[in-house]
Amino acid sequence: MKKTLFMVLMSLVTVALAAPVALAEEAAAAAAGAVDHKSIYSWVALGSGLGIGLAALGTGIGQGIAANGAVEGISRNPGASGKIMTTMIIGLAMIESLAIYALVVVLIMLFVNPYKIF
Amino acid sequence: MKEAPLFIHSIPIGSWQVPPFIIYTWLVMAILIIISLIVRRNLQEVPGGLQNFIEMFIGGLKDFTINTMGKHGMDYFALIGTAAFFILLSNLLGIIPGFESPTANLNTTAACAVTVFASTHVVGLSKHKFKYIKHFMGPVLWLAPMMFFIEVIGHIARPVSLSLRLFGNIKGEDLVVLILFMLVPLLIPSVMLGLAIFTSFVQTFVFVLLTMLYISGAMEEAH
Repeated sequence: MKKTLFMVLMSLVTVALAAPVALAEEAAAAAAGAVDHKSIYSWVALGSGLGIGLAALGTGIGQGIAANGAVEGISRNPGASGKIMTTMIIGLAMIESLAIYALVVVLIMLFVNPYKIF
Repeated sequence: MKEAPLFIHSIPIGSWQVPPFIIYTWLVMAILIIISLIVRRNLQEVPGGLQNFIEMFIGGLKDFTINTMGKHGMDYFALIGTAAFFILLSNLLGIIPGFESPTANLNTTAACAVTVFASTHVVGLSKHKFKYIKHFMGPVLWLAPMMFFIEVIGHIARPVSLSLRLFGNIKGEDLVVLILFMLVPLLIPSVMLGLAIFTSFVQTFVFVLLTMLYISGAMEEAH
C-alpha cells in the first residue's frame, strides 16, 4: 500500500515538473511580439487547480476541527445542543468563506481574463 | 462556457440593455411587496393561512433579534427583516430553472453589504456623537495611532467579506449546478439543488447574524 502510494506521488511530481518543459516548446513556436494565449491558459489551468485544491484542503481541516469541538460539546451536555449547533453552523460558514474567497480568485482567473492586457 | 437559459435575458429601456439580475431584483421586490399588501389587508387576531405562514418567519426573526441584540434591537428590525427576506428570496429564486438569483451578481451583494456598513456607522455616530472615535482607539491611549490603522482595516474588511461571501456562495452553487447539468443531466443535479437550498438558508442566516453583531458592536460602549 505504501509502495503504490509512493509510486503514484512520484509520477505526479514528475508530471508537474515536466509540464513547463513541454509547454515551453509551444510558447517558443508562437510569433514574436504576439501573445500566445494557449501557453498562458495552461498556466491558468494549473493555477486554478492548485488554488482551489489548497483552499479546500485548509477548509476541510478547519471545519473538521470545528465539528469535532461541537460534537464533543454536545456529548458532554446534551441539553445545550441547540445553542452548540447554532454556533457550529456559524463557525462553519465563517471558515467556508475563506475557501469562497479562493474560489472567487479562481473564477476571475478563468473567466474574466485579466491577462488580456499583456 | 454556455450561459444558463433564462426567461428574460434583458429588456432594453431607452438605449440601455437592462441586465437580467436587475430584472429579477424587480421580481423579488414585486413578490415581497404584493405578499405584504395581501397579508396586511385583513389582519386577524387568530391568524390562518398566509398570515400564519408569514408570522412564523417574522416571529422567528424577532426572537432571534432579541436573543442576539437585546431589547433595543427591535429598533433596527426594519433593516434586518428587509435584508433577511430580500436575500432569502433572492437566493431561493435561482434554484428554479429559468430564473437567476440577483445575489449571484456582485453588484447586488455589494449593495446589501455597503448598506449594512453605512448603517453601522450611522448608528454609532447618532448614539455616541463624537465619542464614536473611541471605538477605533483601542484599550490604551498611547497605542491609539497603531490601533487606529488596524481598526480601520478591520472595518473595511467587513463589507468586502460580507459581499464576497454571499456572492461567492450563491454564484458557486449556480455554476456547480450548471456544470453538473452539462456533465450528467440525469439525477445528480438534484443532489446539488438540495445543497443549494441549504446554502441559501445558511448564507441568509450568516448575513443577518453578522449585521446584528456589527450594529450591536457600534451601539455598545467602547472598551
